[in-house]
Amino acid sequence: MTAVRAEPATTGAVAMQRPGLKVPIALGVFALLAVLLLALLAPAGTSTFSLSASGSGAVQLPQIPLHARTTGIVVSLLAVLMAIGSGLLVRAGRRVPLWYTVVFAVILVVGFLAWATAGHTLPVTGLLESALALSAPLIFGALGGVVSERVGVVNIAIEGQLLAGACVSAVVASITQNLVVGLIGALVAGVLVSFVLAAFSIKYVVNQVIVGVVLNVLVLGLTTFFYETVLVNASDTLNSPPRFANLPIPGLSLIPVVGPVLFDQSVITYLMYVAVVAVFVGLYRTRWGLRVRAVGEHPQAADTVGIDVGRTRFWNVALAGAIVGIGGAYFTLGSVGAFSQNMTSGAGYIALAAVIFGGWDPLRASLAGLLFGFASSLQNTLGILGSPVPSDVLLTLPYVVTIFAVAGLVGRVRGPAAAGRPYLKG
Amino acid sequence: MRLELHGITKRFGALTANDRIDLDLRPGEIHGLLGENGAGKSTLMNILYGLYQADEGRVLLDGEEQHFTGPGDAMRAGIGMVHQHFMLVPVFTVAENLMLGHEQARLGFLDLPAARARVREISARFGFDIDPDALVEDLPVGVQQRVEIIKALSRDAQVLVFDEPTAVLTPQETDELMAIMRQLKESGTAIVFITHKLREVREVADRITVIRLGKVVGEAEPTASNSELASLMVGRSVELTVDRTPSAGGDTGLVVEGLTVLDARGHTVVDDVGFSVRRGEILAIAGVQGNGQTELTEAILGLQEHVTGRIELDGRPLTGLPTRRVLHAGVGFVPEDRQEDALVAEFSIAENLMLDRSDGAPFVKGAGLQRRALATFASEKVREFDVRAQSIETAVGRLSGGNQQKVVLARELSRDLRLFVAAQPTRGLDVGSIEFVHERVVATRDAGVPVVVISTELDEVVALADRIAVMYRGRIVGIVPGDTSRDVLGLMMAGEVPEGTRMAA
Ligand SMILES: Nc1ncnc2c1ncn2[C@@H]1O[C@H](COP(=O)(O)OP(=O)(O)O)[C@@H](O)[C@H]1O
Ligand SMILES: [Mg+2]
Repeated sequence: MTAVRAEPATTGAVAMQRPGLKVPIALGVFALLAVLLLALLAPAGTSTFSLSASGSGAVQLPQIPLHARTTGIVVSLLAVLMAIGSGLLVRAGRRVPLWYTVVFAVILVVGFLAWATAGHTLPVTGLLESALALSAPLIFGALGGVVSERVGVVNIAIEGQLLAGACVSAVVASITQNLVVGLIGALVAGVLVSFVLAAFSIKYVVNQVIVGVVLNVLVLGLTTFFYETVLVNASDTLNSPPRFANLPIPGLSLIPVVGPVLFDQSVITYLMYVAVVAVFVGLYRTRWGLRVRAVGEHPQAADTVGIDVGRTRFWNVALAGAIVGIGGAYFTLGSVGAFSQNMTSGAGYIALAAVIFGGWDPLRASLAGLLFGFASSLQNTLGILGSPVPSDVLLTLPYVVTIFAVAGLVGRVRGPAAAGRPYLKG
Repeated sequence: MRLELHGITKRFGALTANDRIDLDLRPGEIHGLLGENGAGKSTLMNILYGLYQADEGRVLLDGEEQHFTGPGDAMRAGIGMVHQHFMLVPVFTVAENLMLGHEQARLGFLDLPAARARVREISARFGFDIDPDALVEDLPVGVQQRVEIIKALSRDAQVLVFDEPTAVLTPQETDELMAIMRQLKESGTAIVFITHKLREVREVADRITVIRLGKVVGEAEPTASNSELASLMVGRSVELTVDRTPSAGGDTGLVVEGLTVLDARGHTVVDDVGFSVRRGEILAIAGVQGNGQTELTEAILGLQEHVTGRIELDGRPLTGLPTRRVLHAGVGFVPEDRQEDALVAEFSIAENLMLDRSDGAPFVKGAGLQRRALATFASEKVREFDVRAQSIETAVGRLSGGNQQKVVLARELSRDLRLFVAAQPTRGLDVGSIEFVHERVVATRDAGVPVVVISTELDEVVALADRIAVMYRGRIVGIVPGDTSRDVLGLMMAGEVPEGTRMAA
């Protein structure tokens, strides 16, 4: 018996694949913008970055004054150097690593903040806290999206699941005055939406994208109708739920900046941390994850080893709904309390973008959720401080970031092979 | 374990794919199941494996009746299957594929080390050299098949079904597979070996059952002659060779030089390929599936994106031209996947016959279809190419594979051709249709057209070719005369050129 050759059969030698010029060009454009805007058009004045926590008790930190023009010059210089550096990397035939781009982005963001808040005090901790708050539902949504798509069902209905979770949790928690029951209500609501998605797309083989969109419209219509006819008139009894209080984790919550941002949060946020880790570890290290991925990649192969494809899909779509539903509760029980119509306002679609941007990986999808949350938070903060950027333009910021992220960095990633395709047995 | 199938019947709508089939299998026996494409072999085995439910009939293991509701049941009962289309998850490692469905876990976490050890242990038993952590999609098909075998054995299969296992293998790999089957047989495994290749089944099987159109038509001993088996399989005596005179050999028609094709991921799939084809000559491109043949034909037709090099037809360049212009230059093309790339299943025969001529006379005038002209043309072609269908309005998707291919040929050969490229022209066809297609290909050659036939079937290559180019990993290993021996061709398909091989280029 001859030794087996281990090279791919379909391909000859791997051609020296030249890393694209896309990244250096993008960095270059941003560096030029930085030079123009941050250095040449810098406003006079100084921006103060305040690092203390909003609440009292934590260690008080110094305020960092940043002179707008000086910061602008330093930042744009760094940006230009890094852009050139990336160009050199590519010329040497190497890829620009992800951390390089991230560092570049962070530097630019700092420069932009100093520019935009010249003459004001920028509450950095508050900015980050609100970033996490705004990303929480996105991260739950993205996790649900990852689970659902990994098992082979495209989940456009994240938006509907979030909205249903928000509405039901508010009402249930108001009636019972019990937060845990409210959370369970959100979970059940998400699962119910999932059941419809699963039944139509798995059993009746209706196009999954269409079912998802229809579900979103349906949930929006139902909750709006319910809100206007019932909740508005009975807001005391049906729409005034208690809210989750913050539970600072002893010790950890005292760390400067990081502590208040990450470890002085409500139970839902801690649940989110658990969910991210659980989905990540579960997907790659457990029997459940192996089967989920097999069914989403090659359902027929899963079938031939005795895995029930339909059932696996059905219950994991339900699980995805449960995760997203909890994210919905964050809108109400986790932040403002009362439900209002269309209060998710498209978060589900942003979560969907995070799924794709994160390459169907739970960890990276969560990071993408954080990025989008940060963009929203930035827009809020700048709006409040009264920055030189018109507020209408600011409002588009999260969506612009989403589009750039998805359009620019995707393409390389490959989704689950059988996502969106129904499995029909012979 | 003794396996008996009694009176298995399976219907798909009006079609009876299995008609009261009986089969029995003893431990330590290799049972050849021989039949043409579409005879119902896979259907029968899918019933045994629990993937399909039989309409009638019984499956007995050691005399006990079994009621499998799914492959899980069959596997538990000791039945394993190496599928015609591998059932491996491409993005999983070998070890992950092995454990899928019966995962060993510790505290809920996958026990990968155990799975790796199992891969190594079974590999060692058969002398395979397989890395348990290799991604399946990176492995050559021959190795993937071994992974399938390991997968089945890891479930302690007592009955092992090989469904057309040799279709994707080089002749040498086929020999190795047969050695593996014999080794399994020695250790007491009962084996069903499905094939439509006579030589293979005669070489390895202890008994042969022949199926035709869903029925068992006879049993044969491996000592039976090729022509006996062939006539049993086809139902009439068949000529195993194509009548053809040696090529007259005219001027050079097609010239390909330094052709390199990259796929979307930047891998080289066709690597510096060059050849020429004279008018009135058939150049066959042989090779195991997936060695760049598909991409080569697509590059000629203008269907590939990253192409460098030169393609010239009658002195005029084709490189970089859009497909429409390539067709207008007189290139006829039979793609390898006729259902996907050659036909629109829901369209009628007539509509499919004009698919590539929707931009002017004779079928289109202004923006309107010339229905009458089309009907006349279609009726004539249906007669000429012996397409068996109720009418020219029958949807092509409802025809058998052979008749579908005749529609494709009728369309492609009814233009004035300066080059004819046929990729896997007889894949999945019955013997009658194969003969017909071969005759047409030779007739096209005799009309003075340069012909390129791509085939993974050595029989077809040898039957048709005036010269043979063998491809391996995107390169042409060598171009040899049409009468080169199968042994030499087999070695070339694995990338080796034996010393003293005559070249013809
Ligand atoms: N799932 C199915 N639905 C309808 N027809 C089928 C199906 N599977 C197979 N057939 C038909 O049954 C016949 C036998 O097919 P198959 O068992 O695959 O043949 P073989 O394996 O001998 O080539 C063919 O005519 C095929 O078209
Ligand atoms: Mg078959």
